[in-house]
Amino acid sequence: MLLRKMTLAVSLALSANVVFANCGDIAGKVSIVGNEFPAIHTVAKGAAACATDKLTVTSNLTADHQKINLAGLQGDPAEYTTAIIANSSIIALMNDDVIRPLDDLIAAHGADIPKSNLITIDGKVMAVAFMANAQHLAYRKDVLAEIGVEPPKTYEELLAAAEMIREKGIMENPVGGAYKSGWNLAQEFVNMYIGHGGEFYKPGTAEVAINNPQGVATLEMMKALTEYMNPDYLTHDSNATGAEMEAGNTALMNMWGSRIGALMDDEGAEEAVYSNIVVGGPMTVGGGTTPATTLWWDGWTVAKNASDEDAVATFVAMKNGTSPGILNDETMGEAVWMIEGYTPAPVNDGVFASIKAGSKPYPMLPFQGLLHTALGDNLSDFLQGKESAEQALADTEAAYTTAAKEKGFLN
Amino acid sequence: MKHKTFFWFVLPSSLAMLLFIFFPILSVLIQSVHVDTEQVIKEVKNCGPFGCETITSIDQEATQALERENPLGRFAGLTTYLDRRHLAVDEVHAAWGSTTGVGDFFNQLVNLPFYKAMSFTLAYTFIVTPLVIIFGFIIAVAVNGAVKWVRGPLIFFSLLPMLVTPLVGALTLFWMVDARGIVGNALQYLASDPNLSVKASTPLTWVMLMVYGVWHSAPFAFIVYYAGLQSVNKDTLESAMIDGASRWEQIRYVIIPHLLPLTTFIALMQLMDNFRVFEPIVSFSAEAHATSLSWAIYNDLGGETRQLSSAAATSVLTILGISILLLPVLVRTWRDFTHK
Amino acid sequence: MAAKTQRRSHALNLLLIVVLVVWMILAAFPFIWTLWGSFKVEGDFFSKADWANALAGPLTLKETGGSFTGAGYHGAWIKEAFGLAAMNTVIVCLFVVTISLTFGTLGGYALSRSTYRYAYWFLIIALIFRAMPPITLVSGYLPVFFNWNLWGHLPTAIVVLVAINQPFTLWMLHSFFKNIPKDLDESAMVDGCNRFQAFRHVIVPVMWPGVITTGLFSFLLAYNDFAVTTMILSKENQTMVPKISSFLGTTQTKGNVMFAVAAVVSATAPLFVMVLFFQRQIVSGLTAGAVKG
Repeated sequence: MLLRKMTLAVSLALSANVVFANCGDIAGKVSIVGNEFPAIHTVAKGAAACATDKLTVTSNLTADHQKINLAGLQGDPAEYTTAIIANSSIIALMNDDVIRPLDDLIAAHGADIPKSNLITIDGKVMAVAFMANAQHLAYRKDVLAEIGVEPPKTYEELLAAAEMIREKGIMENPVGGAYKSGWNLAQEFVNMYIGHGGEFYKPGTAEVAINNPQGVATLEMMKALTEYMNPDYLTHDSNATGAEMEAGNTALMNMWGSRIGALMDDEGAEEAVYSNIVVGGPMTVGGGTTPATTLWWDGWTVAKNASDEDAVATFVAMKNGTSPGILNDETMGEAVWMIEGYTPAPVNDGVFASIKAGSKPYPMLPFQGLLHTALGDNLSDFLQGKESAEQALADTEAAYTTAAKEKGFLN
Repeated sequence: MKHKTFFWFVLPSSLAMLLFIFFPILSVLIQSVHVDTEQVIKEVKNCGPFGCETITSIDQEATQALERENPLGRFAGLTTYLDRRHLAVDEVHAAWGSTTGVGDFFNQLVNLPFYKAMSFTLAYTFIVTPLVIIFGFIIAVAVNGAVKWVRGPLIFFSLLPMLVTPLVGALTLFWMVDARGIVGNALQYLASDPNLSVKASTPLTWVMLMVYGVWHSAPFAFIVYYAGLQSVNKDTLESAMIDGASRWEQIRYVIIPHLLPLTTFIALMQLMDNFRVFEPIVSFSAEAHATSLSWAIYNDLGGETRQLSSAAATSVLTILGISILLLPVLVRTWRDFTHK
Repeated sequence: MAAKTQRRSHALNLLLIVVLVVWMILAAFPFIWTLWGSFKVEGDFFSKADWANALAGPLTLKETGGSFTGAGYHGAWIKEAFGLAAMNTVIVCLFVVTISLTFGTLGGYALSRSTYRYAYWFLIIALIFRAMPPITLVSGYLPVFFNWNLWGHLPTAIVVLVAINQPFTLWMLHSFFKNIPKDLDESAMVDGCNRFQAFRHVIVPVMWPGVITTGLFSFLLAYNDFAVTTMILSKENQTMVPKISSFLGTTQTKGNVMFAVAAVVSATAPLFVMVLFFQRQIVSGLTAGAVKG
């Protein structure tokens, strides 16, 4: 046993990612399902460091995690003992009641988890957050210097700057936007609508209420922005807007904090481009004070249908996977970690600025997913000039209402 | 063949289809006439890293009590089929009542998701299917006429559009038709319009999807036809030649009749596959301009909250649509069958 | 053939060559472009600045120091262990083709020999089964598979692919068997064979061409399937196509698109060998089994 421990210690010390494992004496099965990107790989690796003869840790990290996590947690016993989710995707798991409250586990094994990381709903802790994300301004400092403008703080300033860039002939389509019909477009609407101070529903109900002056103003602003975008904007997701920025075609855009690193590194762009890409804060719109963006967290949950033993094992392993021990030079830049000992790099300034500016989190409502889908399907007709803003919003409301009736939220 | 022998011979494939296609179809049918039980909503306090707020949440206890009473959900009959996302009877009725003309009625119709999807699906099916058959035939005749030793590579390259996984094949093509891509640039040059963008225009997007569809499926028709050409009866062909039939007459009176059964087969498979058009829409991010029934299902299942009943109803409508489309072929098969 | 070729006029020959050349460009150009681009970096392959960059590759030169780079291949095969996915694909394809054809030949043969009406209805129902969109089917499987612990394993994916592919296989083989004269097996039965013996000793030896053609389509289905494999295979059992799609990135994070491009190019190479190897069978197969609607 001692020899085993020693070889383990040596092999840990030799591996590139030294993971500190202090999991105590736990046994059972830990099985993780989650999205696939480096930060989540790091977490899964951290959890796997707890593995012993008695404890198995497996993970299935895939971009399609949302299609399988619900079914994977529904079985009894559940195939997955934990799902890594974000504030939008936890909803599906809560709606079907497949994740368990963590209060007793925290009391027994997690007293040292920072209070602010606990996602509490109705007094019960349902998830533990470990990283944050937000969309915010990314811009080309050389281009703004050329037109002599400060980085925009509002969307109105951004429009003015875009006009100047186009007028001076620096760029034809200086604004980038992930306006791809579907999820992305709906996300931009949600951002902008929150920036206009809009409320999505009649208070306390599932009745949608977006066909109002804020809704129209939101669409008008989005349309004004599209005038400065590449004409293909309805096909552009964040992959495409990132590529546009790296190609030097755009100078201003609202971008995910988690993607800034790839923009600012020396791959995929000329030096004159990548060395001039900088992050700004989130922008406000229409004289509002709430930034037109949403805050996101990624966190982990524990399956309701896991045995109590597995639940404890999962809790401890995931806690280890999101403990300060996972942070090192390599993993530090992978995300905006909400972990003690994290030192932000310049690429993460935007996310911090978004949090500081009082941005709202993406709405965590049981029926928000239905509205998001409805928005994604119905707004492009307006942006293409095929129908009025009111019509587009009315279509969205009608589509949402139909869906909400089917799901039992409305009668 | 005796009933019993027949039974044992078809047993394995029947079992496979029964388990993995028939039962799922049954459950889809049941799902489509049910909707979820009423979700009881309550206001709760939600706290997280970004502060606290009051939100609505599902009252699990109350909702689960309702669910225990109706494990399948509420029986809804055909409500889902008739709602706005499917046949939209009320909306169509209202549009019919308020319409100012055929064009206006059509515009109101395609503003409804189902009819928007159908308009593209039908256009796609009826344009792509014949073109696939024609191009497949032409290519097959051409390859068949080539010198023997180049035929192997010719067949491989002809099959390429079908072989390369659409995931990345479409990615490359998507870049090519971009306004800055090689095809996009060529089109701008040809149309002498530097601002031409295929992806930004609805008609051009439709054309692009259809061109892709033909390109992707022509190899299927090609390989079937090419094989069929190998079995053209040489004697008939030679006697036709001796009779002084021109080349065109040989094709018209010998080859085409010979390939007719193959054409039925290709048409059958292509009508079905084209009616379910899905991959190109997603790969080319064409959702803003063109949707299809399969895309609608994907969209219902892919959101944060999965809409199972809606997807189920669309699936059943897809099957019905295909059955109607294939009716002529089925009648033909029936005649073949009763004749033997 | 030779006689026919001699009779062709020059004008016709020219037309033939033009058709072939145009088609070859259309069919092969995107792939050859991808092949060329797979040795460049992403900034060049998907150049949004100038399409000519994809040919010249200025960023490739700057980032790697050479005009060509094998980084995509290295990333896919070494860093991401694409070989494992390739191995899984081989297993899935092998079993799907074998099982599909075994089930299909038995069923297709019976359907071609039965004169009862239920055989017709069997075929029609199989056809209607094929009309079901696969995504709906797969989302229906998930809860059941998870409940019974069947999810994630290669055999599950194989069985599902076989089942989904049965209607097509049955139709194709049924038409093929219809073209094999009935006298063949019936005379064997007169000689004292039972139905299965007649099938084994008389039909099996002459059915290969048709079976191989049908097998090619089964193979392609299993090889290129995304809808099924992405949803029901766990990470370590992933086949090539879902693996490739996992290189593409998500909304919030950038992927390794060049890994995907390199992987696709390497996944196509074995198909070239296969098509060359089987081309004679493919052709003779469909010839014999002129598929009837």
